[in-house]
Amino acid sequence: MATSSTDAPTAILVRDLVTHYGDREILHGIDMEVRQGEIMVIMGGSGSGKTTLLRHLLGLEKATSGSVQLLGRELTELDESGIYEVGKKIGVAFQSGALFSSMSVGENVMLPLVEHTRLDRETMEIMMRMKLEIVKLAGFEDLMPAELSGGMIKRAAFARAVVMDPVVLFADEPSAGLDPVVSRSLDELILNLRDALGMTIVVVTHELESAFNIADRITMLDQGNILTIGTVDDVRSSDNVRVQHLLNRCFEEEVLDPDAYLARLVGEGRRA
Amino acid sequence: MAPPETSGSAPLRFVEAVGRSTLRAVEQVGFGATLVGDSAYWLIMGRRRGQVVRPQPVFAEMMEIGIRAIPIVTMLAVTIGIMLAIQGIYQLSRFGAETQVVVGVAFGMTREFAPLITGILIAGRSGSALAARLGTMTINQEIDALEVMGVNPTRFLVVPSLVAMLIMLPALVVWADIVSLLGAGLYISAELGMNMSTYVDQTLELLSAGDLLHGLEKSLIFAVLITTIGIADGASVEGGAEGVGRVTTNAVVHGITAIVLTDMIFAFATTRS
Repeated sequence: MATSSTDAPTAILVRDLVTHYGDREILHGIDMEVRQGEIMVIMGGSGSGKTTLLRHLLGLEKATSGSVQLLGRELTELDESGIYEVGKKIGVAFQSGALFSSMSVGENVMLPLVEHTRLDRETMEIMMRMKLEIVKLAGFEDLMPAELSGGMIKRAAFARAVVMDPVVLFADEPSAGLDPVVSRSLDELILNLRDALGMTIVVVTHELESAFNIADRITMLDQGNILTIGTVDDVRSSDNVRVQHLLNRCFEEEVLDPDAYLARLVGEGRRA
Repeated sequence: MAPPETSGSAPLRFVEAVGRSTLRAVEQVGFGATLVGDSAYWLIMGRRRGQVVRPQPVFAEMMEIGIRAIPIVTMLAVTIGIMLAIQGIYQLSRFGAETQVVVGVAFGMTREFAPLITGILIAGRSGSALAARLGTMTINQEIDALEVMGVNPTRFLVVPSLVAMLIMLPALVVWADIVSLLGAGLYISAELGMNMSTYVDQTLELLSAGDLLHGLEKSLIFAVLITTIGIADGASVEGGAEGVGRVTTNAVVHGITAIVLTDMIFAFATTRS
């Protein structure tokens, strides 16, 4: 699976990242590096700090201490306009899709082009349709987000995330809440985007199967610490007990599996 | 850092609750003021910073805030105008001065009731819609999406609403002035047998540009209040759909309260001789 070499330039460099919410320390000195052209999957259970780490990588949170470098820019030292400049070189597919409900799918995908380029409308529409074709949503540009299924919303979010041909693409829980078939098709989409457009991709997920399908390397977080970083084989063969516990999905099924969670809720309701 | 919970007596807890609410209110006012400052900054500097405020969203907001509100504003303004005429004739009839109702209606509507009722209506209609939209967008990570796309949310979301409100609320007040005075005129004509053209002549003779401006100045202040309160309440959302419902209600309550208080202060400061 791995396509990036260890001597590829660094796209993201995190050093000793510590962050607090109020009194509580959420990340306890994270160190990680993402090389250009690789797919790095950040995974961990609920409350492990993976979403917080992602928000730091996007410049949406201020760290208590430490360093986050994205494409050579130190995010912790950038002001608002600096963050916006870096924002033009990255794409983000949010967990909820975060499509603007008042805009059609096509307008959503075109928004970064409208905001950051001086292309004429026709060119922007051509680019929008190309990206929708990549995510297999050609012909859906006139629909509103409310008319799309969960999987289609995620695909449209990917189309918007890559419309500016970003250097780095971030995806937050791309498979969450989707059935296995749609989930697998999104994994293929991520791999295609890397192969076709040569992007560096960072995926945050708690889905083991998805992670193993797409990852060049995996960063496994546990309670705000890095448990392990390595290739899929490294992680699979890790002799760390906690890593094996997470791989065996004990924690995941108990807390995060939607069916198990719903079944538990129904059960509690009956008991009450 | 969350402040520690107090386990003191009931009066102490009451004082603490009042203190917390006051702090929250001051925080919201500060956020609203920052929002107005930021909006002015992006409106003026947006082009230079590569974040231009586009006319299309402003027109869309003007349509939603202004044009679509015309029927309800018309209905309420006419009703209030007629009510004022009914009460005025009833009160003045005790002194045999029914024809003086034109004075009360003309000044009352243009200086007070047209801006107040329009402001309250728009706070309930558009202020709540702004809060609901901002709340939903925050929960759906749409604000985060804007930021990581390099789009300033204030410039993209707040400025079009504020500009549209600043244009349409005074325009609606002028419309409310006209239709309420006409509604009152129709009632007065029928009740007192006054010729409609005489009523119109008397009204125009009585009113000065200052009276109209008095109402319009207030409507500009109301426009800023409705927008900033709607946005500030919407941005403070916590939780899911329930949280959106809560901030929407807050926006209406806060907006109407702010409008009524401001109206009183404005009248006190500018009308007292």
